[in-house]
Amino acid sequence: MSEHLLEVKDLRVSAGERTLVDGFNLELGTGERVGLIGESGSGKSMTATALMGLLPEGVSAAGSIRLAGTDHDLVGARDSRMQRIRGNRMAMVFQEPLSALNPLMRVGPQVAEVMLKHRTVPNRRAAAAKAVEMLASVRLPDPAEAARAFPHQLSGGQRQRAMLAMALANDPALLLCDEPTAALDVTVQRQVLDLILESVSRRSTGLLFITHDLSVVASICDRVLVMNNGRVVEEGTTEQVLTRPAHAYTRGLLAASDLEATDSGGRLFTVASAAAYVPPKIVSPPRRGTTTGTTTATRAARPTLPDASARTDHPAPATPAEQPDRGRGAGAVEPLISVRDLVRTYRRGRTSLFGAPAEVQALRGISFEVAAGQRFGVVGESGSGKSTLLRILAGLDQPTSGSVKVAGNEVAGARENELRQLRRELQIVFQDPMGSLDPRMRVRDIITEPLLLPGESARTARHAERAAEMLRAVDLPPEALDRFPHQFSGGQRQRISIARALIGEPRILVADEPVSALDVSVRAQVLNLLSDLVDRYNLTLVFVSHDLGVVRHLCDNVVVMNQGLIVESGPTEQIYEDPQHGYTRTLVASSMSLRSEMAGRAMDSREEVTSQGEGQ
Amino acid sequence: MGIRLLINAARFAVTFMVATVAVFIFMRAVPGDPAQIALGVNATPELLAETRAEFGTDRPLPVQYFDWTLGLFRGDFGTSYVTRRDITPLILDRVQVSLILVGLAMAAALLIAVPLGTLMAVNHRRISGILLSGLSQAGVAVPGFLAAILLVVVFAVGLGWFPANGWTPPGEDFGDFLRRVFLPVLALASVQGAILTRYARSAVLEIMSEDYLRTARAKGLGRTEALVKHGLRNAAIPVLTVTGVQLAALIIGAVVIERVFVIPGLGSLLLDAVGNRDLLTVQSVVMVLVAITLTINLLVDVLYTVLDPRIRKKA
Repeated sequence: MSEHLLEVKDLRVSAGERTLVDGFNLELGTGERVGLIGESGSGKSMTATALMGLLPEGVSAAGSIRLAGTDHDLVGARDSRMQRIRGNRMAMVFQEPLSALNPLMRVGPQVAEVMLKHRTVPNRRAAAAKAVEMLASVRLPDPAEAARAFPHQLSGGQRQRAMLAMALANDPALLLCDEPTAALDVTVQRQVLDLILESVSRRSTGLLFITHDLSVVASICDRVLVMNNGRVVEEGTTEQVLTRPAHAYTRGLLAASDLEATDSGGRLFTVASAAAYVPPKIVSPPRRGTTTGTTTATRAARPTLPDASARTDHPAPATPAEQPDRGRGAGAVEPLISVRDLVRTYRRGRTSLFGAPAEVQALRGISFEVAAGQRFGVVGESGSGKSTLLRILAGLDQPTSGSVKVAGNEVAGARENELRQLRRELQIVFQDPMGSLDPRMRVRDIITEPLLLPGESARTARHAERAAEMLRAVDLPPEALDRFPHQFSGGQRQRISIARALIGEPRILVADEPVSALDVSVRAQVLNLLSDLVDRYNLTLVFVSHDLGVVRHLCDNVVVMNQGLIVESGPTEQIYEDPQHGYTRTLVASSMSLRSEMAGRAMDSREEVTSQGEGQ
Repeated sequence: MGIRLLINAARFAVTFMVATVAVFIFMRAVPGDPAQIALGVNATPELLAETRAEFGTDRPLPVQYFDWTLGLFRGDFGTSYVTRRDITPLILDRVQVSLILVGLAMAAALLIAVPLGTLMAVNHRRISGILLSGLSQAGVAVPGFLAAILLVVVFAVGLGWFPANGWTPPGEDFGDFLRRVFLPVLALASVQGAILTRYARSAVLEIMSEDYLRTARAKGLGRTEALVKHGLRNAAIPVLTVTGVQLAALIIGAVVIERVFVIPGLGSLLLDAVGNRDLLTVQSVVMVLVAITLTINLLVDVLYTVLDPRIRKKA
């Protein structure tokens, strides 16, 4: 292969004076799969947008981009030229599949449009037929039905499949994917990734895959570029970069995303402490996909830190010695949270005059107990009912039937003023750190609000002292008190949320996906902070997440929810090592960790070598 | 979709009935005996009693209410206490004039607003967009009567292209109707158009940053093509909302323009009736306005359903 499919030389993207991408070089061969890794603001999406020639107004590109089969530079090309290339030679799949599809247009015509536009089909009827064919090729269960559906009638995974069908309709030579699975559930993510991998391999499509998730890269890319602050800081084969990172930033990123490695203090590595991190090594990879295999690989690949051998038997974080105590405590004393036969049913609006309105069973009779001091994980995908459960625990919603006792307060049937005590004992840290903080309140007012009596000012000496103390506890500088939420980064905002939650000295802290909106390096810091605070203030933690890795690191007991039921519960390690229920098994097998994906890679490459050998 | 329509129709009926009760009670709460008003202060008690019997105002209130409401459904508004004439033909006449005037004005406003607003949004960073935007701001600021007077001064008095005022029904002399209706429609449309342009601009501007427009561009569609094929229908939804609200307000709000151009519209009728203390006519005009407003809302809602498939599902 003398000529590359895509050659990018010294690409510079700038907005006025500001340089967003600097000196980006890339050579991508036919059928090659390259990953572009970076955190938010690293310039990775800007790079992809520049390749497509879709930079927003006021942002310009310089340098050179050459795509095989087009005889001119894509940088500075006229838009009419780019229009012939986009969707034809080069296509793109975007992050958020709901907003990326036109809500007012049926899916079939949206797929057909790209073929009609580039006249790769003779007429409308052929385009419609080919659209259904494409939808079938991305394995939508009923492609003809899907073609007639509007985007809102499909699930997230189905929408992303439709997007992929659209992108592949004209059999492009190059496919750009910008975080295509970031908005999807764990099990769906795995399926969509497999589909992308399969589709590009079958067609020998070149793939540039943009993501912040190292395990995703490990699962599908041959080569990796790591971007930071608009520059590529490291480049190499996936193996090389993920196991022998040369650049400090890569090492930091790798350390922070590896939830299965902890430092000598049992805490997750952060960018700052990454020097001590030992990247995963691949030692005789076992068969891929099976749970036992994955964990064996994990075990084998565990870093050999001074105390790692001792920890291997107790991978649960924090203070493993205390764990048995907690377990026994649950049986002996009154549980702090006790949920019995909890049912919550919602009524949908009527869709027909006759017959009862449809009912949505969000929770279908769940029971569990959380002992004081426990770190309790709730795992489930979207629609599992975990958010409903959370709302009821916090007294924000009422159960349809069953009983929910939180710190001695019964939620069922309680009136608003009876719930005040409960809310003093239980505080929540929400998922979206931007949306959950009032943008017009200063941090001082946000943090002290839970303490204030009606009409009281946040500026009394007592409250100021408490607020400053809380800020110290969450590692924010004291001058943060007089700033507004938008002046902070996502991780800092989540620290503010935590400070607000803890200032009233609750006994229970509920965290609802607190790190899912954060970058990898920040995620590790916030998780460590959360873990420290739970220990320091003797909190009981209820941690809700779709991310099994995070729950595994943080929690000692876990319940797995699916469609409003608890399908499995028990000590975290037991659930992960030996899942009994089919759904848990799928969930565990679908969840991606850096180590399991690396192990999977080694296996695949060995297979490839074997098959090539057979071919010759 | 069917059930949504049914619910809307039911809402229409209920609102209308509540409005009849409210209007009737408010009108009866106004001090002043219609007979006394009609006869003046020097009327004899015998004559007053006779007139009350003639108007039917000597009967109990519920009876009067049902009598009036039943009349409404038969299209009979009754006889004015002041002019002693049948209100129905008068109202029909006036409604026709108002609907034609406002309908034409709103159509013209939309014809101006949608392309101009889109243009402003597409060029919002360029000089042309900023200039247009400033112009529409000015249009919003100019009161309707000022625009009307300016138009009369320039086109009727100065250039003599159009008559300065008056109304000819379209059925009578269509050419004359067009010449007479042109200036008032322009006066109404320029102000309404300026307001709608602002909304169209912000709607298109918002749509332009939507992910699906980026997707359309990534498929190879040109900027304009993507906007027209994928953007405008989405942008139409908020514009429709404002159009509905403005349309309902304009039916009566056109009264200033009607006055300037001496057009016998519903607004003028209402003002005159209020001035003459013609209770029954006021009551009738208000009910007609209620009916028109509800009909517009119903139409807007049906259009939402047609435009947006997501609403169809929710019912």
